[in-house]
Amino acid sequence: MSDQSLLSPTGLDIIFALLGIVVIASGLLVVTTKQVVHAGLWLVVCLGGVAGCFLVMSAEFVAWMQVLIYVGAVVVLLLFAMMLTKAPIGRSDDLDSSNKFVAAAVAVATTAVLAVLFVDGYWQTMVDVDSASTGSAEALGEAIFSTWVLPFEALSVLLLSALVGAIVISRRSASATEAADEEEVAG
Amino acid sequence: MHLLMPLLLSAALFGIGIYGVLARRNAILILMSVELMLNASNISLIAFDIWLQDTLRTGQSLAVFIITIAAAEIGLGLAIVLMIYRQRRTIAIDDLVSLGEKLATRNTTRDTARDTTGYTTGQGTAR
Repeated sequence: MSDQSLLSPTGLDIIFALLGIVVIASGLLVVTTKQVVHAGLWLVVCLGGVAGCFLVMSAEFVAWMQVLIYVGAVVVLLLFAMMLTKAPIGRSDDLDSSNKFVAAAVAVATTAVLAVLFVDGYWQTMVDVDSASTGSAEALGEAIFSTWVLPFEALSVLLLSALVGAIVISRRSASATEAADEEEVAG
Repeated sequence: MHLLMPLLLSAALFGIGIYGVLARRNAILILMSVELMLNASNISLIAFDIWLQDTLRTGQSLAVFIITIAAAEIGLGLAIVLMIYRQRRTIAIDDLVSLGEKLATRNTTRDTARDTTGYTTGQGTAR
């Protein structure tokens, strides 16, 4: 992936390439590992690597948001869900469906289409990462709370409704399960 | 930095996510792969934002919004997965073929055949 910048790689290029290798390798492990819990832990590495890529691209605020929300909240939620669904601790061979070769073909085709599109469109575009504070919390906060304040408010309502919906779904299912268990015991 | 580096990384991560969504049977692993695809789109957004030096910070704002929507999506998705697990005792996607509350009788033989695999026991047929 660093073929275009091999002529004069800067320090940032090398760091980004290494982070990219980490992200792709751990992402591949997430989708191919035979152990459910390991997939969740490799997801931490992958998302942390993506946060590092954001940092290299001078998007500090998004990088720390990524660490806080993904690594802090989403992965913990996923691990809790694994615990609650009694995921097997050791290896389990039934994690992949039988059509995984078709899936691999579709994935490779999609990646090829995207890569050809990107290479064709941007093969000589350079990015100036060194310009000051394009992604600091101050700059992004100003943008969000002046230009994008309406989407921000809509998003807060969406988040509230999603959380209320999640609570409603879990509560109703709890009572339904009790009823089902009583039926099983009685029957 | 060359713009192609983040873009190719994003393309590769998106392909990995597509493979995970299509090839996995466990619903939680499928949700993880969806997260990978959302992250791939975030990398593209940040790269284009940094490249264009946008004064409105459109790409980064959209990336923050996508992270928030992903948090909402994973919360709702896991609630649904947990409800399905409580009702059917399995979260294997290709076993969840009936939309109703109770499994249809035509699935009985298939589910009892799955009993030997351990993780996907077909206890839903007991109901």
